[in-house]
Amino acid sequence: MGQTLFDKIWDAHVVSSAEGFPDILYIDTHFIHEVTSPQAFDGLRKRGLPVFRPQQTVATADHNVPTWDQHLPIKEELSRYQVDMLTKNCKEFGIELYGLGHPYQGIVHVIGPELGITRPGGTYVCGDSHTSTHGAFGAIAFGIGTSQVEQVLATQCLLQSRPKRMKIEVNGKLQKGVGAKDIILYIIAQISAAGGTGYAVEYAGDTIRSLSMEGRMTICNMSIEMGARCGLIAPDETTINYVKGREFAPKGEEWDKAVAYWQTLYSDADAEFDSVLSFRAEDIEPMITYGTNPGMGIGVTQHVPETASFDVKEQVSYKKALDYMGLHDDEQLLGKPIDYVFIGSCTNSRIEDLRQVAEFVKGKHKADNVTVWVVPGSKQVQEQAIREGLDKIFNEAGFPLREPGCSACLGMNEDKIPAGKYCVSTSNRNFEGRQGPNSRTFLASPLTAAASAITGRVTDIREFLKEEELV
Amino acid sequence: MATKIFKHIQTPVVPLAIENIDTDQIIPARFLKATTREGFGNNLFRDWRFDENDHPKPDFVLNNPTYSGKVLVAGKNFGCGSSREHAAWAIADYGFDAVVSSFFADIFKGNALNNGLLPVQVSDDFLQKIFDAVAADHTAEVEIDLENQYIKISATGEQETFEVNPYKKACMINGYDDIDYILSQKNKIEEFEDVR
Repeated sequence: MGQTLFDKIWDAHVVSSAEGFPDILYIDTHFIHEVTSPQAFDGLRKRGLPVFRPQQTVATADHNVPTWDQHLPIKEELSRYQVDMLTKNCKEFGIELYGLGHPYQGIVHVIGPELGITRPGGTYVCGDSHTSTHGAFGAIAFGIGTSQVEQVLATQCLLQSRPKRMKIEVNGKLQKGVGAKDIILYIIAQISAAGGTGYAVEYAGDTIRSLSMEGRMTICNMSIEMGARCGLIAPDETTINYVKGREFAPKGEEWDKAVAYWQTLYSDADAEFDSVLSFRAEDIEPMITYGTNPGMGIGVTQHVPETASFDVKEQVSYKKALDYMGLHDDEQLLGKPIDYVFIGSCTNSRIEDLRQVAEFVKGKHKADNVTVWVVPGSKQVQEQAIREGLDKIFNEAGFPLREPGCSACLGMNEDKIPAGKYCVSTSNRNFEGRQGPNSRTFLASPLTAAASAITGRVTDIREFLKEEELV
Repeated sequence: MATKIFKHIQTPVVPLAIENIDTDQIIPARFLKATTREGFGNNLFRDWRFDENDHPKPDFVLNNPTYSGKVLVAGKNFGCGSSREHAAWAIADYGFDAVVSSFFADIFKGNALNNGLLPVQVSDDFLQKIFDAVAADHTAEVEIDLENQYIKISATGEQETFEVNPYKKACMINGYDDIDYILSQKNKIEEFEDVR
């Protein structure tokens, strides 16, 4: 019987396997950041252990950093302390750090791919659940807790039980204005925030194949939002072309050897999955979430579900979510006034996202009632945007381009959405208080966010695109 | 290094019948700036437990003196979202030894097991029975036996078995640690690196 892509990569990384024990899985690259690593380094010190493979560990500061005036010392004392601690730990244990001010600094899931560190067939972990992003390259990549960060620092390995395998196929042609973010929000809305728990999910089908690497990263990034252990997409020409020539990508003979191997990385025709789901691209509208988990999403023209449509046991939680969001049964979000728009996060802060937004907002201006933040995923994305003149377009539209970091996705720095305010956000989580205490998040695509910033209301991007075609 | 040992407990429970409780609720991101593992219990469920002026919200279960105990019982898909181990630290630091739910998110489950906090997954029906038992009598106790993998409602004697990875079970009962185990296989790691 054939093998799945996931099993091919997993098997190639099993150091040892024993009945009744989780596998010992070898990790090719371990990404670390300031928030989930200090206790792990402390653990190493207590044990008197070195970092086993410091050259396979890559560090950056992203969660806590300001996105304005990054050249100045961090004002917030605890944030500064945590970032300084990372610098100190990396120095002590011999780890390369792309800290503030470094040309490679940025959100860990943006810099790994753009530096050519993330490659097909590899294993990647990080103390951050959105590590699933890296699976877009046909790799196994997942988030871990701090005890496991310590484990990988100490051994370059992780004790891990093999998850079940799920295939999600999307076939067909997307409507204009519908993109990768809408696809993944649609899938999560269909299968719920727990629908992928226990699975490694492979995305397949011609719609997925047609996506750029940026789009594929957006899809894999949000695998965790349906509970999946990881998400992955078989590498192809698009993947190979993206990796080629990047800073740490293999070169010369090594490159040819690598590509030959990558071309063997696909699920065999007779591979068996524990679960297979299929969706039609034509059914997907621009999506928006209305609730407090990413599974609570609807097409932008649809209405919020009625409480009575849920199982009695679920109604308490549902009511709590609607109350928090200040919404009611059967409400339509379309046209609802908003206060903030956040374009950024490891889901949607890559150069392609910024180009798409810039192309759309060129010559337009944001509505007066809306504050817009555009936060690039990395220093390299920021520089590229400036080289292409996107910053000027953004400025003229009232969308200031800030400096790289996780920013308002989780509000660990100053970029918080105030209590009670509505934010259309390109990030990945709409949990209570995620963007700041009592903030209210509508998750959507970069295009939907940009269009909503222009009108000051939740907007159907397709209406704009129709008008523009007529002009 | 030894970790916390868990074998058997009998205790009243704290009921929290909300589904999809994510780790941002368990411990909001703004409290992740600490660089040690201690003290997170003070901010457990911070925004559900305290208002914006840091006054306890009387309707939240942790502020209700009627309920106490070493076991938190919560709705399905507990611990979804962020991988922050701080969530497991906060629950353990507050004083819970186990969390019972009808479904756990993967990363949270792993983090809990690595900290001597036992995640006990029960059926939807059994979860409801626990909630019903506590509603009828707030001092209702449950008994959790890790060795024999069962959870029992003391008053009614109703019980259910639960799954736990045999390796992690041995770790929790004996206080074994993953890193010690992997390091005992160090030669295999080096062999693996040599041949690939």
